[in-house]
Amino acid sequence: MSVVALKSRPAESPKPEAKVMALPAPPKSRLAIRRILSDIAGRVLPPAVVLVVLLAIWQVAFSGQTSGLPTPSTVWTESADLILDPFYVYGTQDIGLGWRVLTSLERVAYGFGLAAVVGVLVGAILGQSALMMRGFDPIFQVLRTVPPLAWLPISLAAFMDSRPSAIFVIFITAIWPIIINTAAGVRAIPQDYRNVAAVLRLNQIEFFWKIMVPSAAPYIFSGLRIGVGLSWLAIVAAEMLTGGVGIGFFIWDAWNSSRLTDIIVALVYIGITGFVLDRLVGWIGTVVSRGTAT
Amino acid sequence: MTSTSAKYLHIDRVCKSFTNGSKVTDVLSDIRLTIDKGEFVSIIGHSGCGKSTLLNLIAGLTDVTTGALKLEGREVNAPGPERAVVFQNHSLLPWLTVYDNVKLAVNKVFSATKTRAERHDWILHNLDLVQMTHAADKRPGEISGGMRQRVGIARALSMEPKVLLLDEPFGALDALTRAHLQDAVMDIHARLGNTMIMITHDVDEAVLLADRIVMMTNGPAATIGEVLDVAIPRPRDRIALASHPDYVRAREAVLRFLYERHRFVEAAE
Repeated sequence: MSVVALKSRPAESPKPEAKVMALPAPPKSRLAIRRILSDIAGRVLPPAVVLVVLLAIWQVAFSGQTSGLPTPSTVWTESADLILDPFYVYGTQDIGLGWRVLTSLERVAYGFGLAAVVGVLVGAILGQSALMMRGFDPIFQVLRTVPPLAWLPISLAAFMDSRPSAIFVIFITAIWPIIINTAAGVRAIPQDYRNVAAVLRLNQIEFFWKIMVPSAAPYIFSGLRIGVGLSWLAIVAAEMLTGGVGIGFFIWDAWNSSRLTDIIVALVYIGITGFVLDRLVGWIGTVVSRGTAT
Repeated sequence: MTSTSAKYLHIDRVCKSFTNGSKVTDVLSDIRLTIDKGEFVSIIGHSGCGKSTLLNLIAGLTDVTTGALKLEGREVNAPGPERAVVFQNHSLLPWLTVYDNVKLAVNKVFSATKTRAERHDWILHNLDLVQMTHAADKRPGEISGGMRQRVGIARALSMEPKVLLLDEPFGALDALTRAHLQDAVMDIHARLGNTMIMITHDVDEAVLLADRIVMMTNGPAATIGEVLDVAIPRPRDRIALASHPDYVRAREAVLRFLYERHRFVEAAE
């Protein structure tokens, strides 16, 4: 077998005669533009189509005389001012939804900012000490399941004022995932990095900034991302009860004066803001923890 | 070489055992070894014999159970830059550039004694020692395994350690890169005259680099089985050495120790 195979080979060998032909270069720029366009179309078209279909179904389903909910077209006719101009000011209580979202975001900024700082520090301490972890973890696991609004009465009783209470509710809602994720990230710091720190005799503060934070950054940011989402959930609910000028109170106010179309517009604002917050923290996370994965 | 300063690094009847619940495992027992200043010592043994534990003891990363470890007469009980370690898997911080990895060490060790400009020059000098200046701005993820290990060596050297500890530094590298780095280490040893202790499981590496080879018995409760002097003059050339009678004899002695008298017992645990 093998002998035959060996012998037959030389007969086949004088074959390579193909010429190298240069292919005409494709018009690069036009091709690139077309690719980008089709890429955008591929991302934008499907959700746009789904949105249109959903709106159409909604329109048809609630067009009847007896329907209790407005259709998309009635939302447009009755609340177009809210959609078109988010930043109008007609009076202290009559302001655009953009302002209301910003007021709510300000509270989130205080509550979530505080939760981020405290959460990362507490998480770092728990992650460093197995004993502390064993002591605190079960308590945190229970506390984190408490719904945001359940904190509100206690908070009101403690602060005697709606504004700090709302901020506290955000703080207490957002802090648990930050603590738990940071602690997990700190525990996951490779022993090698700890050895390097030990040989260099880095002190606690140097270790925190130079090893712990960069190494645990992916964990910390996934905790922050969950936290910011929860904050946004909590503020809307808390404002419904505490009042003020936030977007949550706007919904409650609109409900009391039977402006259903306004509520629907507000829901869209809330959804988009929450989405943007989530993406923002995610984006900061990728920028900060760049190069961490080897 | 052995006569100048006695008892530079003195390991005196050191035992190490790990306790896990009620179970006590003896890893090292009765290690006695004295290493002179400027000496290059290789520690060889089968995997699991506690070589790395011994190195960690010298580094101060783990505490001795009984016995004492002294460097220049002072007891070793904590890690520190005067006993710099080149880790098995380079242990560079992936979010820092090559330059910044060395800078972290230099800034920590020389913050009081060198100015900013001097520290900068010192970082570049050490990168130059391992021929890595060209990649100073790259991150560890962007350079090859051999280069990372070079940077690891530069970082350790930059601390101006009294003793440089190398924990199987080339174990994960291919044979050609390894030979390259062995030459680099020999060159640095010749130029700086550091005291170096290197863990290895490669017989050729041990003989080529070391003044003395410390051979460890198998664990548990491993100890030093034999110490072999390698009296081959330096500088050593790997090609000329291949047929050198002293080299062949030393190699044979180590092989005999590892494969005849202290065969590795599979699945000892």
